[in-house]
Amino acid sequence: MTTSFAIDVQNLVKKFGDKVAVNGVSIQMPYGQVWGFLGPNGSGKTTTIRMICGLLNTTSGEGTCLGYDIARESREIKVRTGYMTQKFSFWGDLTIRENLEFVARLYQLPKMKTKVDDTLENLGLSNRQHQVADALSGGWKQRLALAAVTMHEPDLLLLDEPTAGVDPQARRDFWDEIHRLSSNGMTVLVSTHYMDEAERCDRVAYLANGVMVTKGTVADIIARSGLVTFTAEGDQIRSMASQLRGQPGVDHIAYFGSALHVSGLHRDRLESTLKRSAQDGVQWHEVQPSLEDSFIALMNSSGEDTRAHS
Amino acid sequence: MSTRASISRIWAVWLKELIQMRRDRLTFGMMLGIPIIQLILFGYAINSDPKHLPTAIIIEEQTPIVRSILQGLENSGYYDIVLQTFDPEEGNRLLVSGKVAFVITIPTGFTERLVRGERPQIFIEADASDPSASSNAIGRARLIIASSLKRELAGSLDYLAPVPEPYDLVIHAEYNPEGITHYNIVPGLLGVILTMTLVMITSIAMTRESERGTMENLLAMPARPLEVMIGKITPYIMVGAVQTTVILIAARLLFDVPFVGSLGLFLLGVAVFVVANLALGFTFSTIARSQMQAMQLTFFFFLPSMLLSGFMFPFRGMPEWAQNIGSVLPLTHFLRLVRGVMLKGASFPDVQTPILAMGVFAIVATSIAMLRYRKTLD
Repeated sequence: MTTSFAIDVQNLVKKFGDKVAVNGVSIQMPYGQVWGFLGPNGSGKTTTIRMICGLLNTTSGEGTCLGYDIARESREIKVRTGYMTQKFSFWGDLTIRENLEFVARLYQLPKMKTKVDDTLENLGLSNRQHQVADALSGGWKQRLALAAVTMHEPDLLLLDEPTAGVDPQARRDFWDEIHRLSSNGMTVLVSTHYMDEAERCDRVAYLANGVMVTKGTVADIIARSGLVTFTAEGDQIRSMASQLRGQPGVDHIAYFGSALHVSGLHRDRLESTLKRSAQDGVQWHEVQPSLEDSFIALMNSSGEDTRAHS
Repeated sequence: MSTRASISRIWAVWLKELIQMRRDRLTFGMMLGIPIIQLILFGYAINSDPKHLPTAIIIEEQTPIVRSILQGLENSGYYDIVLQTFDPEEGNRLLVSGKVAFVITIPTGFTERLVRGERPQIFIEADASDPSASSNAIGRARLIIASSLKRELAGSLDYLAPVPEPYDLVIHAEYNPEGITHYNIVPGLLGVILTMTLVMITSIAMTRESERGTMENLLAMPARPLEVMIGKITPYIMVGAVQTTVILIAARLLFDVPFVGSLGLFLLGVAVFVVANLALGFTFSTIARSQMQAMQLTFFFFLPSMLLSGFMFPFRGMPEWAQNIGSVLPLTHFLRLVRGVMLKGASFPDVQTPILAMGVFAIVATSIAMLRYRKTLD
């Protein structure tokens, strides 16, 4: 093994025609960690993941995944990687069991029957194993997919928005499973839109417009954002949001429940603005900026919104 | 981890296809039902030697000789005299409207002039807009009339009897002496049915994965193109085998088509033909981006197969360039093979060329499929 990183890629570029989907992304991800991949829709998360596991050719750039060259040894990578697609991509007209058996046979797993039985048992789907996969709810489909892509005990797990459209309880179960896999030594890269999920990751990487804007631990990213955040609660604050928007020092305003978060990069200007517009009964106090505050600030500063709504 | 094609991965894909095929009841039913329906429909319907063609006559005299000619025409089976008229205009109208295929005119004084040895005319107007519908009846008219006059021109009129040709022509219509269309059509239909169902069904093999979004998953797993291809087409070899069996049994029971050659040689030919079609279908599925496009490609291939292979129209009747196109199509070679083995009792050296040609086609199609197979989502 020539590198101590599970994923070690430099300057990945992917163009679709004239459109640049990924523009020079480099990742060095150590073994055994759980990394979160964040960024708005169309920022290049899926494309980057697909290039890493050999599903897309790179336009330029190079690197290794699990020590194998991503351009030339994609087959070796596929054998040792579990990739869970954004959209459920198992066979809806096969039963749950048949799907697992198909995967087990493709990976040539020994003791296939026992392996599938155990997987079904762990999933809690033993009694539904003969239903077709299309009959499962969204949350169950995601759990089936996760079980299927981890059955061959891959070294690296790539999850592309695995919890999109899944209810909170199922999301929590899903993340418990990810951490269980991680504690067994699996390296996990997971893309997500949820900040609470990002906060469960060892490291977070943020992509916007195909460029890696920032990466690090959650605390690092918040600290590095240089953001100052004040919050206030009360009945009147809703009307204050519109007054504050666009004022000197105010870069970003967001509601958190009944509280208003006002963030800016310049403490002095923000404080004086808040003082001027102070109303009766509104108490501003400083809080630690959340990851979301930091990301929205990043998104605003990283240029126009190029999300594709297709 | 083995780096060569693995039986267990082929087996995985094979089982998956088989389950999906079985679960898609309608398609599965069509694969078995269509051959039977088509065989019965076309086997009974297609006749390249049409008889009982409606005929109008314009005669202005009723003499024993004229009656004898008309009787002879009817007895031949080709002409059904459906009406008689005296008006040439009406005869013409009947021909234009398609109500009759022939108008036969025997003019006044025919008998008298015949007896005088003046070689009077019998006038047959034929609707030759569809040449194959009328040609056999036209071709036999001279013979029919000559033989029906033979009896009348005996005794005192025997000086009028036609002089026999100074030679004796002997024709043996080998392999199908009675010219029964079934013998030709039914083995041909086997090829047509196999071509249609097998190319179509495999042409959607990969496009279906793409359209359902399962392609990404398949590509993310360590399945090689050849493994996927073999796994995906072999279930349909079994479908081809079942279709062949059904058609062979029907050919024997319903149509009495003889089978004089070797069954083993026949099955070898069918197997190569089936693989050639499946490989082509799979190639289509690597080119097409949607199931709709796959269907269009299939029909683009199917029509020339029907028309240029010698199934519908005689192969030797086509100009050379069309014969060249026809020679590329597996169906052309398959027809030569099945007709050779079933009707003529051909042995391997007689049919090795068609078998070889189909084999080459299968290899070329497979190679193109492997080159075209997308290993990535690009």
